[in-house]
Amino acid sequence: MSIIGATTGELLSRLERGELTSVELTTAYLDRINQVDGKVAAFITVNGEKALRQAADVDRRRQAKQPLGLLAGVPVAIKDVLCTKGLKTTCASTMLANFIPPYDAHVITQLRNADAILIGKTNMDEFAMGSTTETSAFQITRNPWDLDRTPGGSSGGSAAAVAAGMSPLALGTDTGGSIRQPAGFCSVVGMKPTYGRVSRFGMVAYGSSLDQIGPFANDVNGAALLAQVISGHDGRDSTSVNAPVPAYSQTVNQPLAGLRVGIAKEHFVEGLNPEVEQTLRTALHVYKSLGAEIKEVSLPHTSYGVAVYYLIAPSEASSNLARYDGVHYGHRATQFSNMIDMYATSRGEGFGSEVKRRIMLGTYALSAGYYDAYYLKALKVRRLIRQDYDKAFEQIDVLASPASPNPPSKVGEYSANPLAMYLEDIYTIGANLAGLPGISVPAGFTEAGLPVGIQLLAAPFEEEKLLRAARMYELATKWQGQRATL
Amino acid sequence: MDYTTIIGLEVHVQLQTNTKIFCGCSTKFNPDNPNVQTCPVCLGLPGSLPVMNRTAFDLAVKTAIAINCQIARFTKWDRKQYYYPDLPKGYQISQYDLPFSHDGWLEIVINKETGEKKKIGIIRAHLEEDAGKNTHDETGRGQDSQVDLNRAGTPLLEIVSHPDLRSAQEAKEYLEELKLLLTYLEVSDCNMQEGSLRCDANVNVHIHRDGQKIATPLVEIKNLNSFRNVELAIEFEADRQYRQWQQDGKTFGQVNKETRGYDAIRNITVAQRSKEEAADYRYFPDPDLVPVTVEEAYLQNVIDSMVEFPAARRTRFIQQYQLSNYDAAVIIDQGVVFANFVEHVAKICGDGKQACNWVTQDVLREMNDRKLTIEGFPVQPPVLGEILKRINDKKITIKSGREIFLNLLNSEDLSTISVARIDQIIQEQGLSIVADSGQLEAVIVAVLAKNAKAVADFKGGKQSAVGSLIGQAMKEMKGADPATVRELLLKKLAE
Repeated sequence: MSIIGATTGELLSRLERGELTSVELTTAYLDRINQVDGKVAAFITVNGEKALRQAADVDRRRQAKQPLGLLAGVPVAIKDVLCTKGLKTTCASTMLANFIPPYDAHVITQLRNADAILIGKTNMDEFAMGSTTETSAFQITRNPWDLDRTPGGSSGGSAAAVAAGMSPLALGTDTGGSIRQPAGFCSVVGMKPTYGRVSRFGMVAYGSSLDQIGPFANDVNGAALLAQVISGHDGRDSTSVNAPVPAYSQTVNQPLAGLRVGIAKEHFVEGLNPEVEQTLRTALHVYKSLGAEIKEVSLPHTSYGVAVYYLIAPSEASSNLARYDGVHYGHRATQFSNMIDMYATSRGEGFGSEVKRRIMLGTYALSAGYYDAYYLKALKVRRLIRQDYDKAFEQIDVLASPASPNPPSKVGEYSANPLAMYLEDIYTIGANLAGLPGISVPAGFTEAGLPVGIQLLAAPFEEEKLLRAARMYELATKWQGQRATL
Repeated sequence: MDYTTIIGLEVHVQLQTNTKIFCGCSTKFNPDNPNVQTCPVCLGLPGSLPVMNRTAFDLAVKTAIAINCQIARFTKWDRKQYYYPDLPKGYQISQYDLPFSHDGWLEIVINKETGEKKKIGIIRAHLEEDAGKNTHDETGRGQDSQVDLNRAGTPLLEIVSHPDLRSAQEAKEYLEELKLLLTYLEVSDCNMQEGSLRCDANVNVHIHRDGQKIATPLVEIKNLNSFRNVELAIEFEADRQYRQWQQDGKTFGQVNKETRGYDAIRNITVAQRSKEEAADYRYFPDPDLVPVTVEEAYLQNVIDSMVEFPAARRTRFIQQYQLSNYDAAVIIDQGVVFANFVEHVAKICGDGKQACNWVTQDVLREMNDRKLTIEGFPVQPPVLGEILKRINDKKITIKSGREIFLNLLNSEDLSTISVARIDQIIQEQGLSIVADSGQLEAVIVAVLAKNAKAVADFKGGKQSAVGSLIGQAMKEMKGADPATVRELLLKKLAE
């Protein structure tokens, strides 16, 4: 049985049974990276040497029958927006091209405690701003299912790494759909937990009130396991919620009886690709056949989501990215005439155009005289959007929708029209604005063979329900077993 | 020159917490070792997040209550955004539209003799983080500027007064009263040299002409690093504004608010920048910090644990120890340790008035002469109180008490200063008041016998001759009470 393409559960049991060592496993993935990442460009940094050392240590401890963590010996790829002590963390930006954090993000500490192997850092849209992984300052990641297309974004590197079999698991971050959309585009599982479920400490901030870290895996069980490892309270993040973390991996295989699956009438609008719509309808049939009830609900403020998101996220980003000023760390221009010029030139050189666009948008929205009309108004509408979901979840357990209105875009397709790219976030943005958990599961392919994912959302802290509902679907369909050939 | 100076003060106070407001780094003043009290949070490294220090909030609430502010039941944190090298995140975490406290007042004494008071309104007090410190090359050789972030993230309380102050003297009184209060509350050490108390003054003047009031444009004075400088700068600035008005006739509203720096060496204020070009700080709620809700029980707890405020203590001292306004002020204004010293002495000797007199005269004089602090004063209340008690109990004379006090102060080994040592000195030097009249009588008889001429003079009507006789008797019997000696002596002479 092949290592590459195996699920996390399979790998763990083979490791536990002693059929496989973590060094063998890690070596196999490093070899796979060597073979295919030239085409995919999912990794910014491959942590080969350290990963093998970590693997050897796990093997040694396993042999000594010492207690091991939940992910002992299994590789995890890390989006390059999560700080890793002693390992370059670039955010795919020239600004942080040489930034080596002196500390680990909370989720990295959790991974280390779980004895996971940090196999490398993955490519992303610069500072997580983008939906295609094309705004990276270093490389364009390709969709393993079609190398002319993007893997989605901003966590495109992590999604592509899992889809291309370069790592069984990966971490991404999701501010407006940056885990769920690329998961759909790459036919892997990707989950955004409830805001506050996972500590943001050590995640380089984009939109602080929206950002959340979550897992990628090639099946729902893997996602459940990784979610369980990274979730939990952390005193270093004031927005981290102190609530017990259910053992998702223990319950994920239990089907839900009497499941109520909702669909929002506002989601079936112009711009929704017919093949994507058909995929969702088919998925709903699957749920029906599993005994679920399908209910239509209304989310009346859906159409404001994109506008609200593109005010709040850039506003927070304009502030969060102010620290990259060339004074203390990061890129500093070599030629400047005075202090102000040093700031302007360093930032001008260090940031790419999408980041600059969002900084300008946010700076404008927060400016005196505009704040009330833009930022404050957006906060008010955000509250209305949250109320829509609260109401909907009184009637349903999960809300099903496409992960994205269209299949993956061609590389370069949006370069002249960022607004068209922003509009593609329509189905994913709501979960961030409302702080809800959401998951994207593979749901088939278009005629042209492009992956399509469906998204399920649940009420806050209902990750367990979400994972079980997703697993029911996964077990009833054949999509999980499909692997991209490279 | 007929004008009134109108002053409002903005005071920044570093709160005395062990750790910074949003991380665990030390707040120690440590200018010689730059950038050692830092961590990813106060360095503003990517991915770091702030977590509120509850103690800083507690101290801030305590202070706000002491300056009679309303405490908001809901308060939040905002980001104030501007670029400066001492601000590593590119924004300062502060409070904008919902400060934790507002609408208070502080009473100042504007006449020490009469004790006349005036209430100065306080607009708001809010919490924020301090920035780091930039050091520029002042040699003119164009060396790099340097940034020290040890201070970055130190909790800072900004207290903004209404423009209720009417003279430079009042401004100084306000600052002194505020400092006294803050040190009483132990919320700040208020050390202006170390920057733990900083002050900006908003100043203009109202010129009175033909029954009309003409206001001059508003000026904010910065770089005021001592109370004396605040006073001097305001005096200069008021006069400057009056002269400026005489020249250009520009009044309030016609010119934008101006920022001027005080140059202490030349005693002038110098234009810095006009608020016209001031930054738009783009305040917005900090999404990394959760809003703070204040419960009634929490507030009650803070109120219950409050110490006596200086103003209340002044009033109590006047009543309890029958002190004048002036004397009470002298004691209270010396600070909480000094006032506690007085009360401790009073408790031991059982006479408050006596304790006040001794501490404000003898102790204060010796403190100043010997350049000592009250904390470091060698004769502490347990010993001083016992000296006074012996005077009160008529065991020694006041004069002997002073001798013992000085004797102790001059001890080579300060560790020998003790109550036992008092009694030792009394014994060694025979300072005990002699109650045994037989012994005294014998001495007096001997003195009279030795001084036949003085006795004859006295009997001849020269009253003053008795003085030298008393002196000689006292010399023989150091602990004797002069009044008793005099009485006995006159009795003998009359025989």
